[in-house]
Amino acid sequence: MDDSLLFSLKLSVQVATVATVFVVIVGLSAAYLLSRKNFSGKELLDILLTLPLVLPPTVTGYYLIVLFGRNGLLGRYLYAWTGWSIMFTWYAAVLASVVVALPLMVKTARAAIESVDENLIRASYTLGHSEYWTALKVILPLARKGIIAGAILSFARAMGEFGATLMVAGNIPGRTNTMPLAIYSAASSGDRSQATIMVIVFTLFSGFFLYFANKLSRRVL
Amino acid sequence: MGLSVKLKKIVNGFSLDAEWTIGNELAVLFGYSGAGKSLTLQMIAGLISPDHGFIHLNERTFFDSVSGKNLPPQERSCGYVFQDLALFPHMTIRENILYGAHGLSKVYREQQAANMLKKFRITGLENKYPSEISGGQKQRVALARALIRKPDALLLDEPFSALDNPLRAEMQNFLKEIRREFPIPIVFVTHDILEAYSLADKIIIYANGSVAQSGTPKEVFTKPASREVEQLVNTRERLLQSMELLPCIGKY
Repeated sequence: MDDSLLFSLKLSVQVATVATVFVVIVGLSAAYLLSRKNFSGKELLDILLTLPLVLPPTVTGYYLIVLFGRNGLLGRYLYAWTGWSIMFTWYAAVLASVVVALPLMVKTARAAIESVDENLIRASYTLGHSEYWTALKVILPLARKGIIAGAILSFARAMGEFGATLMVAGNIPGRTNTMPLAIYSAASSGDRSQATIMVIVFTLFSGFFLYFANKLSRRVL
Repeated sequence: MGLSVKLKKIVNGFSLDAEWTIGNELAVLFGYSGAGKSLTLQMIAGLISPDHGFIHLNERTFFDSVSGKNLPPQERSCGYVFQDLALFPHMTIRENILYGAHGLSKVYREQQAANMLKKFRITGLENKYPSEISGGQKQRVALARALIRKPDALLLDEPFSALDNPLRAEMQNFLKEIRREFPIPIVFVTHDILEAYSLADKIIIYANGSVAQSGTPKEVFTKPASREVEQLVNTRERLLQSMELLPCIGKY
């Protein structure tokens, strides 16, 4: 395995891991809000969080440029303040992965939280426990199956992320070329042998990941 | 002292309008399913808010529609036993009981848990999960969990309805036994007249969302206030009637 291949694989794993951490935190909070709270704009939030599942990743990527680009709605303030822009860094790849993987986490975790027996939650309240403690000790443990499944799906989605990443992080060799991007470069530049090796490595890695994910979920459940 | 409620609530076209007061006694809310008995318990516990009225327990106001006061369930200190018991399936029996000991100091909690295990005859089951124990044992765990922090009132929503008759009688005796140690208002919901008769200090009869009559079991049985109450409580006659019908069924 040459250095560039190793770099791409490492970057992909790094991006997907960091993205999954964010996805779990944000997705779980959103799933909890959507399943147990009533507030105005709930429907809108639900739609916003689900849209990246339906939209082509290029469209999601385009929105991210509009929001976070150097002249973007939010990005311009960040740039004016720090002189730094997230675009074309590996952080941008993380951002793209978070946004496209979030719907998977929210959907799965929400279904799991909603399946927890309401009487158990009420019992916890009548026993004097706060909503926060009840979420921690009753709801999350009983919804763990769906939460773990959501995290696994999100990691898998982040590993395979291509379109939105290409839009916001570019395909800079040695900096932002994750494995899917590197494979695209190799294939489109006619480097068949490099592409073949990378495809095999990526497939093997994904296979092992699924094997361990299955093993983990069997042990936890 | 005691529990005093006045509740008005309209849910899904059903209208509840009930008012009653009890002391440190066991009151049975009796009536057909859908008469508003469980709804009453949920409002006392703070799981549902009444539209109008008040809930007072020992000089504390849980709810008052005039002043706008409405304590959350966490601050009401009402032990609640659900019809399906609501034991936490992912916790052991010991963890379930300890979960009810919120607010007690750590040392005292352990001591109390050991006490409760003994008192409720569940010693030896501490490390089992709810799915691994019998129906009667689950009942006792649910009671122990509701009572460990010495609540100010105990609310029981048809807790024995899923048990077969011998076990049911055993649990009723058990409840009579342990209630001596907990001199608090106990509200017991049932639609079984024999259960009501055997447990109650006071029977409060619900019919169509309001209180049709209340009094000691004897009062209610001997002097039903209305035709409706008479029909509800008159099991002996109904039993005899059904026995008279038996030969007829045999004939045809």
